[in-house]
Amino acid sequence: MLWIPAGLALALVVLPVVGLLARTDYARLPELLTSGASLNALRLSLVTAVLSTVLCVLLGVPLAVVLARSRSRGVRVLRAVVLLPLVLPPVVGGLALLFLLGRNGFLGYLLDVTAGVRIPFTTTAVVIAQTFVAMPFLVVSLEGALRGAGDRYERVAATLGARPWTVFRRVTVPLLLPALGSGAVLSFARALGEFGATITFAGSLEGVTRTLPLEVYNQAEADVDSAVALALLLIVVAVVVIAVARPRALEGRP
Amino acid sequence: MRKLLPAALACVLVASACGTSAGDGTTTLNVFAAASLTEAFGALEKQFEAQHEGVDVRLNLAGSSQLASQINEGAPADVFASANEKNMDKVMDAGGVEGRPQTFATNQLTIAVAPGNPKGVEGFADLAREDLTVVVCAAQVPCGAATEEVERATGVTLAPASEEQDVKAVLNKVRLGEADAGLVYVTDVTSAGDKVDSVDFPESERAINEYPIAALSSAGEPELARQFRDLVLGEVGRKELTRVGFGAP
Repeated sequence: MLWIPAGLALALVVLPVVGLLARTDYARLPELLTSGASLNALRLSLVTAVLSTVLCVLLGVPLAVVLARSRSRGVRVLRAVVLLPLVLPPVVGGLALLFLLGRNGFLGYLLDVTAGVRIPFTTTAVVIAQTFVAMPFLVVSLEGALRGAGDRYERVAATLGARPWTVFRRVTVPLLLPALGSGAVLSFARALGEFGATITFAGSLEGVTRTLPLEVYNQAEADVDSAVALALLLIVVAVVVIAVARPRALEGRP
Repeated sequence: MRKLLPAALACVLVASACGTSAGDGTTTLNVFAAASLTEAFGALEKQFEAQHEGVDVRLNLAGSSQLASQINEGAPADVFASANEKNMDKVMDAGGVEGRPQTFATNQLTIAVAPGNPKGVEGFADLAREDLTVVVCAAQVPCGAATEEVERATGVTLAPASEEQDVKAVLNKVRLGEADAGLVYVTDVTSAGDKVDSVDFPESERAINEYPIAALSSAGEPELARQFRDLVLGEVGRKELTRVGFGAP
């Protein structure tokens, strides 16, 4: 009897997309997608989502390893904190970033006074917002994999005389690669669709901070057809990324 | 148990799909109003409910273009009050309006600045100053269209740090201190109290926003819809609207 809830679940995911496809104005599609504003938004989205995925990997892999391997109680509390961006409404996340890095935030004020650097309303702010919301996806999938794998290979490597950094590079990372792949794809997808934290923290300006989701929202105010076309573009990009990065996931092989 | 769960789920889905009729004898009047009307319509809602026993006025407050889309997609709405004529026209073109929409209020732009105006903003031309971080509405929303009109009328071109999606977002950027100045409506500054100050500028006369209201042809309660519209257009409505800073048509 699993097929009834399974069918409902599938319908919930697929039918809205079908609705979108049914409403798309295919005759105007090329014209709508190649407007300057759309192309600027697409370019900005791809660049920022790639950058924030790289940041997620560079910072998230060490964090996941620390969280998975540590036995102290404090670290267990930290694990819950890392999940916060998953449950925070993105707008609240954006506000939190503003209170930290905005002109009146304590770090933002320091940056402004000492270095003359202001983060809000810049592309950097977009990348920070995306990294903030996407990082937990990477950390959670890696941490799960690490716990599943245990640390016996690492201990063996260590008894054979490998230094910690060599163990991390030659044993831990290769073991993690599949989980790293899916975690990175999840993070990229989340960064690509990021809306609330971006518009709150970074604002919305063409070519600087207006990513594809923000442009969709912007277009929806004036021209729903255009918004639908852009949403379709966002879906295509997401599907392509999933297909390229995780071909095995599409074929159902582990 | 295995068979029960999907069945229960289906019931929940069906029930929520048609959950607008109240089963306890009260009549619901769905009023779709622009977000800038939150305060004024909140007061009018209470008055209308006091005058009409058993009537529950439900306010759906959002951006006018979102409301227009919702109405055109068949959302249950009895009255529509829009922040500009364009979005009322969208509903009218789709055949959703009963009779002709009537203008009940006007609104115009002002410059929101931090309390005490620390950056010394004196008029619209000042907003082009390079030392100011200025935030405006995107051209697609009414306040942004008004901003563009003022820019054209004055010949002053702004280089905003951000083009926000609605006027409250602009106001928030000023309140949080991220922006030195923002172009918002007079009514937004009124509702923000002492959190922001405003600098009025004479050129705002060049882009006056008119708010139309109409009863909708799909109204489930056409008579009540007309009465609510008349309340807004009448003396009581005028008083509430003036109190929060709206101009008379």
